[in-house]
Amino acid sequence: MKMKGWYRKTVSVALAAAMTMSLAACGGASAGGKGSGAIKIGASGPLTGPAAVYGNAVKAAAEMAVEEVNAKGGLQFALDFEDDTHDAEKAVTAYGVLKDWGMQVSLATVTSAPGAAVAPMYSDDKIFAITPSGSSLAIIYRDPDNAADPYGNVFQMCFTDPNQGIASADYLAAHPDLGTKIAVIYKNDDNYSSGIFAKFKSQASANSLDVVYTGTFDDSNASDFTVQLKQAQDAGADLIFLPIYYDPASLILTQANQMGYAPTFFGVDGMDGILTLEGFDTSLAEGVYLLTPFSADAKDDLTTKFTANYKAKMNGEIPNQFAADAYDCVYAIAQACEAAGVTADMSASDICDKLTGQFSSMTFNGLTGQNVTWSASGEVSKSPKAVVIKDGAYVGVEN
Amino acid sequence: MEKKKNLFALMTDKKHRGRTVSFGIVILGWAILEIMLFSGSLSSLFSSLLVPVCCYIVAAIGLNLNVGISGELNLGQACFMSVGAFTAVCLSGSLAGAIPAPLPRLLLSIVAGALLAALFGVLIGIPVLKLEGDYLAIVTLAFGQIIKSLITNMYLGFDDAGFHFSFVDNKVELKQGGKMLLNGPMGATGTERISTFTMGIVLIVIALIVVYHLMYSRSGRAIMAARDNRIAAESIGVEIFRTKMLAFTVSSCLAGAAGALYGLNYSTLVPAKFDFNTSILLLVYVVLGGLGNMTGTIIATIVLVLLPELLRSMQDYRMLIYAIVLILIMLLTNNETVRTWGERMKKQLKSRLKNRRNA
Repeated sequence: MKMKGWYRKTVSVALAAAMTMSLAACGGASAGGKGSGAIKIGASGPLTGPAAVYGNAVKAAAEMAVEEVNAKGGLQFALDFEDDTHDAEKAVTAYGVLKDWGMQVSLATVTSAPGAAVAPMYSDDKIFAITPSGSSLAIIYRDPDNAADPYGNVFQMCFTDPNQGIASADYLAAHPDLGTKIAVIYKNDDNYSSGIFAKFKSQASANSLDVVYTGTFDDSNASDFTVQLKQAQDAGADLIFLPIYYDPASLILTQANQMGYAPTFFGVDGMDGILTLEGFDTSLAEGVYLLTPFSADAKDDLTTKFTANYKAKMNGEIPNQFAADAYDCVYAIAQACEAAGVTADMSASDICDKLTGQFSSMTFNGLTGQNVTWSASGEVSKSPKAVVIKDGAYVGVEN
Repeated sequence: MEKKKNLFALMTDKKHRGRTVSFGIVILGWAILEIMLFSGSLSSLFSSLLVPVCCYIVAAIGLNLNVGISGELNLGQACFMSVGAFTAVCLSGSLAGAIPAPLPRLLLSIVAGALLAALFGVLIGIPVLKLEGDYLAIVTLAFGQIIKSLITNMYLGFDDAGFHFSFVDNKVELKQGGKMLLNGPMGATGTERISTFTMGIVLIVIALIVVYHLMYSRSGRAIMAARDNRIAAESIGVEIFRTKMLAFTVSSCLAGAAGALYGLNYSTLVPAKFDFNTSILLLVYVVLGGLGNMTGTIIATIVLVLLPELLRSMQDYRMLIYAIVLILIMLLTNNETVRTWGERMKKQLKSRLKNRRNA
């Protein structure tokens, strides 16, 4: 019996020792690596878990853009995309992996909460980052409540959530023909949705819009909207604003149709993707308006080429705005690197200084907008396009 | 008359050997990691894992006290972490002006988080632990959901005029310079990161001291007696409710402290982080490490937190392989053949050592 305890102790200590050895070994192994002579771009996003659709879209589009940039010769990029499962803790460890790899520039994270967790690290370590789709203010500001004290080297490619809410309220105020009695249904446990709604509400009252009904739902009851729709109908709403993702929106459209209730539906960029949803009758989405920076059916050369390539890469999947934003991010970084003369042998903090200067002064033309500019605090300025769904396709609306 | 033992004997006798190994591993691990941190040879990935691993270890040790020693299934350990985390984040955020130094603020926040979590433990324990059976599992499961929903709907902020609170609908409107402490589903953002690895180790050591002291004490023996045979324990005068309550409260208190450290390690924290999955994950650490085995819990937690990170090179197959490894460990540690093989190896080792000593 005495020996038994001794044995256990030895094994425990050996295990502990082996573990610390593996810590050291791993640190060494990942430090070297792929893509010497190329500027190392790091990124993290949810490749697994419920938000994986966004991470995978961003990853595919970013890879596409990197391949295209590299094929041109000249500037060379290497991309390492790590999984963060839409979790702040995992995003911080993914950041560690990327830093060990030697990341020089970053696409930060795909989603908001993880982005807010890693933003201070990009700031501390002086690595330039631009997030394709992290829309929360907490990604670019240390003090998000006052939109003050920006990190300075973390930029956004997408609109911030507040901007979408304000833009929507302004658009509805300018277009009373769409509907004057407005109902809102939003997801109150989702920070994207409640972030847009908060600003929409204040801007709507500033524009003296008539919001007759506000309904909410959360994860646990995101399948039945008949109650909210009935209440909206009873309140006499002729326009329903849906600052939500397309999954629940498709159910709302279906259930409204079953009730014989046909108001105008108005969505934001999360609505993009509804036409490609499996098992959804797209005829129900006829006449749905949405404000989005990108529509895959736009007829310009850049969009048609991107959509075709993306479909070829992703087994026919139609790119959403996350993908478009990611594609633009890589091209914006390429443009800034060329303009600032960034080369792969520069340190991350030198690159950071050069790119920060470039981004706050340059103008960029991409998939998600023309004449895109950034403020010094990292917020993007581009105009959202209003599109309406006609005959199963997005059609631009003249403003 | 019990013979007085010297310190060495106290550390290595059969009863206390587990304790010595636990402390040994923690202190050895801490020393090695500190040296590696100091010399800069620890990779960024592992440096970023130090604090969360410490947090999970503390919460898992607490859970093991409840599940392993007291024998009550708890499916809501993560929600006690949640209580601790959000308490600490709010306290630290609102005290940032009054106490600029991070260390006293961290200590205060951890203590507050631990106490509030313990209070919730008491409140849940009073009705539930009086019952016989698996009611605690059901109630802690529900409590986890309740806490998550509550925090998801809470809005708390402060400015010059003081604190503002609203529930469900966000009516908090702050003046310029105000700070939102809790922002509904967005949770807490802009938190100052003040947690340190050393504090994590200190918490683990405190957790081990508390748990081992409890285990070796009169109360601890009563807790185990109540677990093994409720009727027999009651018949010899053990107050079942009191003993189970003690274990459950200490367990939730430790989870609260762990959560506080966790919350202050990230600049952002969402309520959805501490959901049912996290509770189950903690339970997995405990079960794989062995019920009632604190050393096992520590090792299992380290291995299972590191595993997905080490499997990153597998890319898409990462979680698949993680699951397979988890199942394999469970099967192997309970497999008769593997166990007999282990016993045989042990015997061989034993006889070989004996031979060498005799030679």
